[in-house]
Order: sequence, then C-alpha cells, then structure tokens
Amino acid sequence: MLTQSLKFLFVLLALFSSLNLSATPNGAQLFSQYCSVCHGPTGHGGVGVPLALPDFQYSVTNEYLRKTIRHGRPGRVMPAFTNLSDSEVLAIIKHIRTWAPGKPFTYPTKNIAGNVAHGKKLFAKNCAACHGAKGEGGEGTGVTFSRPRNLPIIAPALNNSGFLAAVPDYMIKATLMNGREGTPMVSFLKHGLSEKDIDDVVAYVRSFENDRFPETIEDPGPPLIELESPLSLDETVNAIKAAAIGKNFKIIRVQYLNQGLAEKGHENKKQVIVYFCNFDFLNRALAIDPRVGLFLPCRVTAIEKNGKVMVMATNPLYMSKLFNNRELHKLCKEMYKTYGEIIEESTF
Amino acid sequence: MRKINSISILTACFLLLLISSVQAEQLLMARTKQNFPEAMLKLQETLTNFNYKVSRVQRVDIGLTTSGYTTDKYRIVFFGKQKEIDLISEKYPELIPYIPWKIAIFAEQEDTLLVTADPMWFSNKKYPGADKYLKAWKKDIDKILAIMRKTD
Repeated sequence: MLTQSLKFLFVLLALFSSLNLSATPNGAQLFSQYCSVCHGPTGHGGVGVPLALPDFQYSVTNEYLRKTIRHGRPGRVMPAFTNLSDSEVLAIIKHIRTWAPGKPFTYPTKNIAGNVAHGKKLFAKNCAACHGAKGEGGEGTGVTFSRPRNLPIIAPALNNSGFLAAVPDYMIKATLMNGREGTPMVSFLKHGLSEKDIDDVVAYVRSFENDRFPETIEDPGPPLIELESPLSLDETVNAIKAAAIGKNFKIIRVQYLNQGLAEKGHENKKQVIVYFCNFDFLNRALAIDPRVGLFLPCRVTAIEKNGKVMVMATNPLYMSKLFNNRELHKLCKEMYKTYGEIIEESTF
Repeated sequence: MRKINSISILTACFLLLLISSVQAEQLLMARTKQNFPEAMLKLQETLTNFNYKVSRVQRVDIGLTTSGYTTDKYRIVFFGKQKEIDLISEKYPELIPYIPWKIAIFAEQEDTLLVTADPMWFSNKKYPGADKYLKAWKKDIDKILAIMRKTD
C-alpha cells in the first residue's frame, strides 16, 4: 500500500516538476504580468522607475537587475518577487534588455576602499538634497507628473537593503562619475569631485549597510478600530461628523452601507457611513504613493445591532502592509491616530 | 477505503505543495492602454457583466482641484452584490469598514491604472465562512483586471 502511494506521489511530483521546468518562460509575458503596471509596457516608467532609459540600461548589470527583482526594495514600493523561478527572472531581464541591445555592462565585484568620514561630508554637500541626509531617498514613486511631484524621477534610497544587496561598488562609482542622462543625476566628475573623492562617497554609501533605517513594518494590530457608543445611532452619526470636522476634515457624504446596492427606500438604516476628507492630507498622500485610493475617502461607520451602537473604521496600519511604502506608512500612523481620536470623541 | 484515504492524503499534500509555491500578491493592479474615460466605462461595464452593481463612484480629482490642488483624473469605484453585502455585514462585522469593495482607477499619462486589495488579505480565521465570499471576489477581480489589461 505504501509503495503504491509513494509511486502515486512520485508521478504527481514528476508531473509538477515537468510543468515548471520544461516550458521556456516568456519574458515579455512575465514582464507584462508582473512589471508593466508600474514600469510601463515599454519600460518608460510610472509608479516604477523608467527601465528603458538608455543611461540606466547601459550602467546596470544583469546581476543588479536579478538581485533587484529577487530582493525588491523593502519599504520602497518595489516588492521582492520570491515567487518567480530563476529562469523566469532571467527571461524578464532578457526582455528588459531588448530595449537597449548590446552587451550588458559588467563591473568588478570587489569593494572600493575609501575614506568614509570624508565621503560623508561630500555626500552631505552633493547628494543629500536628493537622496536624503542618510540616503533614505526621495519621497514618492516613479517618474510621473500626473500627481503632485517635486522631481521628474524619484531619487533612489541608497541605504535600502535591497539596493545595497544588488549594487556593486563600481556601479555606484560609474554612476557618480558619468551621471545618468534623462534624470537629475549629474556627473560629479564634471562637477568638481576627483576620482578619489568619488571613491570616498562610494565607501560612505557602502557604510549604510551598518546604519540603515528600519525597513520592516511593525505588527499593525487588528484590521479595524472600534468602540461602543453610549449614544443612539443618530446621535453617534452627528458626533462622528462633529469630531471629523473638529480634526479639519470636510464631510463628503453620509450614506447607508448598502446604499446604491439596495432598492431606494429599502436600505439598511442601522448601518451608516460617514465619509470625510482633508484635501491637504490627501494631496500629501498622493505625492507619496498614487495607489492610496484604497484608503479613500476617509470613513467611519456606525452600526446599531441588538440595541448596541458600534463605531468602526479600517486600521490604516493594517492596510499599510499592502503597499511596501515606508513614507506612506508614516501617514498611516497619523491616520490611525486621527481615526482613533474621532472614534473616541464620538463615543464619549 | 484505506487506499482511497492514502491517495487523498497524498493528493492533498501535492496540492499544498503546489499552492505554497505560488506567493499571493497583496495589491492587485492592472494597466490598460485605454485613456481614462474609456477605461472608466470599460470597468463599469465589466463589473456589471460579472453581476456586480456599482454603488458609487467617488471623484477624488474633483475634490482636489476644487480645493486648489493639481492632479490627473482619479476615481474610486465601489461595487458589490446587495445580498452578499447584507449577509457579510450581518455575520462578519469586522469586514464592515472594508465593504463595499473598491477599485481605485487613475490616469497615468496616456494609460490608466487600476488598483485594488486582494480580498483574501482580509481573510480572518475567526470567520472562515466569510472566506467563501472573499475567494469569489478575488477570482472575479482577477478576471476583471485581466479583461482591463487586454483592452486597448
């Protein structure tokens, strides 16, 4: 019996393996499925960086691309694609390379020796304005001006573990020496730094490995924030509105939960949503991540069930884990506090 | 009987192996080459074809521009099926703040992007009964986004 069962399992596993290994992955198809929504179908960028940019193509190695796909950029939107096989990752890289045919660049893999303290001073003077004081990168995503932005392309986070794992020192050096046309990154060799200075900056950037920003997002707690209200449903709804207005929000709409789905006049009047918005806050959020629509509009719901009135809202910290965006997470913390205060005030 | 059980267990192990090898994507996203007005129409039409009702469209860009900010077109499309919304809100109140489900749709230069959360991300072991609906939504959303991706 055991032998028969093992044979059966073996056949299934063999079938599974052959399904995975025999088919040649289609890079264009995989890129379209996993990458194009952010990087654009032809790599022109959007939420993600423009991979087709010639200066990017001619300055990064295939290994840099491979490690970037594998590690992502923790806390910086780009996810780690651990679900793809090695051959699928390779197929995606081959597809990306079709936009700039030629032999991919290679760099020595050894580290560059430099004066970290001197590099730090040079970094503060020349790099920090775009890349952040500690290499934390610019705010926002990608290359678009469809929503509020300060730069045409966002400066990468040089202290990010994904970046540091992917980039060889000599690639950082080449970027500093040559700049990257089509982006605000200039050649610092042409802007007064010597090759020795650049080596020092590279050594400083590499030292971020020992002094990184926290990238993991702490336990967000339960998916919702809720409290029981001692007031009636109507009184509670009014109290929510007053509390939201008191926090500088504009009331957008008050409606029943199933309004628009149920026949008019037959909605469940014991489930009421109060929608509100602070457009200044929203504008800030959109500048950081255009995908924030999933939080919109701000909302607190009051329901009456079995004689009890409950007030509830989504936990923005719980939602934040979906986005892999450290900057957005800071706003989620603000919103978590605000929701908590509104709910507390309206149930007091 | 024992043979069937052994085979069933082994099949279950195989399926578990298969499932564990596929990592879930938490944000479901799609890019369509349609411009924004066309994409909005196509999304609403596709939702209807999947028997969902669009309960409301929130015009985010209008609120922003009337408040003096600049943004490209941006809407939130809320959708659902009344029976499911009523049942879930009654039985699984933890999900109330997350329903009706929504898709954010916004212009990205000439293209349009769509983003929604994977409903299974909100699957709660305390209320396994709700998973039936969340799974069905996920399946439908995958198909809806696939249609949007393919539409030029």
